[in-house]
This record gives sequence, structure tokens and C-alpha cells, in this order.
Amino acid sequence: MPKDALGVLSEIKKSFITKQIKEGRRGDGRKPDEYRELRIQTNYVPRANGSALVELGKTKILVGVKIDAGEPFPDTPNLGVFTTNVELLPMAFPTFESGPPNEMSIEVARVVDRGIRESKMVDFEKLVIEPGKKVWVVFVDINVLDYDGNLFDACSYGAVAALKTAVVPGSKYGGKDTQLPINNTPVSVTIVKLDDVMVCDPDLEEEQMSTTRVTITTTEDGHIRAMQKGDLGYFELDEIRKAIKMSSDTGSIIREKYLK
Amino acid sequence: MTETKQIVIPGDEIERTNEKVRNGAYKCGQDKYCSEYFGIVQRNEQFIDIVPFTGPYFPRKDDKIIGKILEIGPSMWTVDINSPYHSLLHMNDTPWRTSAGDIKRYLAIGDYIYGKIMSINELRESWVTLKDAGLRKLEGGHIISIPAPKVPRIIGKGGSMVNMIKDATGTRIVVGQNGLIWLDGIPKNIMIAIDAIKMVENEAHTVGLTDRMEAYLESKKGEIDGNSK
Repeated sequence: MPKDALGVLSEIKKSFITKQIKEGRRGDGRKPDEYRELRIQTNYVPRANGSALVELGKTKILVGVKIDAGEPFPDTPNLGVFTTNVELLPMAFPTFESGPPNEMSIEVARVVDRGIRESKMVDFEKLVIEPGKKVWVVFVDINVLDYDGNLFDACSYGAVAALKTAVVPGSKYGGKDTQLPINNTPVSVTIVKLDDVMVCDPDLEEEQMSTTRVTITTTEDGHIRAMQKGDLGYFELDEIRKAIKMSSDTGSIIREKYLK
Repeated sequence: MTETKQIVIPGDEIERTNEKVRNGAYKCGQDKYCSEYFGIVQRNEQFIDIVPFTGPYFPRKDDKIIGKILEIGPSMWTVDINSPYHSLLHMNDTPWRTSAGDIKRYLAIGDYIYGKIMSINELRESWVTLKDAGLRKLEGGHIISIPAPKVPRIIGKGGSMVNMIKDATGTRIVVGQNGLIWLDGIPKNIMIAIDAIKMVENEAHTVGLTDRMEAYLESKKGEIDGNSK
């Protein structure tokens, strides 16, 4: 059972985290820019074109990539098609329910999608079979199996890791199987503000008591490729600068260590 | 590697001589018993128990538990007791002089209580009471959770394990039968106590854990602030 089922954060845990933050540590003893243990297993689903199982602390997600031929969008006849979908399975958390996607799953899907699309990670120009008629369509389906905070980053790493190992099934249409053309590795880092202290990779409790959140996606050349701010609170200009520095520093460590 | 206790999977026959098989087993033939769980075999002179590695908590009468207030009604609180079913606390079962409709003053949503299971029926509905020595609303400190079947290991024989952690780290610890643990003290010491509890949780199936815990706590002595008591 998750630590705080039903989304009720207790006063006891809140004040413990606040007390710890004042001493420069976090509720679980991490430093502000420290990540939880991250484990990525690629090719987890052998029958998918690409897949990855990601465990970020107790958050657990499974990503499957499906690549098939289809029609391009009329306004981009010379580009492949890319779609991302996030499913919050009811078994992942007591408040998650089956049915049409809710606000949270749409936001996660869009942030993951934007990070990959705007970083030009996948070379969509190479995914054209017949201009205007037939292109490769890349579906990224993300299933959340266990929720303990920071879905944005877990889903993003999963999607990137799965895409990096994905194979375009050319043999299905009389061609050759090829690796999906990849240009770079975008890494997203989510930062939340707890009592004016910025911490990255928030767990469930930190997410529940944070006032505001920002997700920044960077690539290895240090460019910011996507950014999304959430929740009701605000960031000062200096805090945004700090967040960008934090995300590119932490991001490069994660890229080196896990997404090679 | 440290020596481990005997591990069984569901359907494994349990070797026995004269002991009675108590929990976690079913009869699988003439005078034969098989394990119901994936867990360890706990033996003493009279009984054999199968202790599962993990599993939900089901309340039993007189269990002392830690619960969290989820909902407030006119005269009842709904309490999350870390079990598949929620429990209820009636205002008459508290030490305070409450009046219906105004019980929010005493326990708000998100507060933790240290209570006792007063009664439970065949529908698995249960009621909690705060009317006994030591039962109260928990204030300050920190709460962690472990799987409920491992609670006896955390407590140890006659409370030896938890008392050792308490004395060594200078924290106050309350262990609920349902797997929630409340710790109070200065945050640094609490973190060390949590590490110690996690170590017991991870190595609950091994032999000689108490000695290793003693050595571990001894090695952490330098990091503990002594002025917390």
C-alpha cells in the first residue's frame, strides 16, 4: 500500500519533511538534487518494437513502442507520425480509476511527448515510406504500474530508453528491419518547491506538499528543449535559473549513467 | 552469506514431529500440513507458524494499531488502519468530552492515532477505541510503514529489538500491529532508527539478526546526537 493512500498527507509527515528541509535534507534523507534509485530494463517486452521497464524509487512504469505504417498528417506529408499515451492503471494507486484519461495522465503524456518531439530526438524525416501517402507511425504507450511521485521523469526516461532500442519493422512490408533513427537523448528533470527550497525528483509526499513544480527537458548540447510549469504556486526569476542549472546538471548525470 | 531460516512456498509440506501447526498452513492429507504462504517457518517447542514475507493486515481484537483519520462524520471518524478495510472511531470511544457535529476539533483529517481494535465482526467491519492506557493522538515525529507480517520481528522477543533501537538512537518508537511505526526524536536520529528498522525488515528471514543489529547500532554510535532525551 502506498505511504499515503487516498492522497491525504498527514500533518506529522508534513512537519517532519519541513523540519528536515530546514536542515538541508529531505524527508527520506536525500540531498536536494539527489535522485532516487533508478533502474531501467530495455527490451522488457520481447514482442514489442521497443520497450522499457523503469523503476524510480517505488514508482514503476512500463513503456511499449509500436511502429507501423500509416498515413501522415496532411500538413506534414514528409514527416513520420509520433503519438504518446499514458495510462494510469487503477492498481497503481488507490485514487486512480479506469476510464477515459484524466487531466493528470494527459499532462504527463503531453510533457513526455513535447520533450521528445521538440528535442528532435527521433529523425521523423527518415520515417517516410512514400511522401504524402505512407509513413511510419510511432506509438509510445506508457503504463503506470506503481505510483510514488514524479511520473513525468519516470515516463520520460522510459519513453527515451524504449525509443533508443526500438526497431522499425521494415520486413513486414518487404523491406529490412532498421533501428529507429535517433539524433540525441533528451532528459527531463522535475523540480518542486518545498518551503522555498528547490528539490528534484519529488516522491509522493513531496509532490503532495509542494506549492509549485517545473519540468525541464535538456539535451546533451545543454539546450533547453521543453519546459512545463504546474501547480498553483510561483517561481522567482532566480529560482527558474537555479532550476535550469539543476536540471541540466542532474540530467547529464542521468544521461551518462542510465541512457547511454 | 548469513544463515537463513527455512523458506517455504505455498503447497510445501511442513516437516514436524510433535508440534502443533498453528498459522499459515492447511491440512493436505492424513496428519500432513502444507504451507499456505510464501514465507518462513517459525518453530518453537509447541507450535509451528508460517510467517508470510508480505501481505495485508487484517485486524484482530485488542490489536494496538496506528491509524490515520481519513474522513469525519457527525459522530464518527473513518480511520485508515493500513488494511483493505477502513475502521471506525466513535466519539464516545475517545477520552475527550465531545459533542456530535463538533468532533473536528479533536481529530482532523490526516491526523494519526494510536488506538486499539475494540471489536470486529464477520463483515470485517471494525471499531477502534482510544479509551485505554497509552492510547492517544500522535503528535510530532515521523511515520513509516513496513509489511504487517514483519512487525513481530521488529519488536523482537519481549520487545528486545525495538528497545535496542530505541536506546541506541535515543528516539521514542511506537510500533502498531498493522505495520505503521511512529518515531519521535531529533530528525537525524530518526533517520538512523529508520535505517535500522529497514535493515530488520530486509533481513527478517535470517538467523542471528539481533547480534548484527547490535553491531550495526554500535557502528552508528558516533553519528547519534545524545541530547535528544
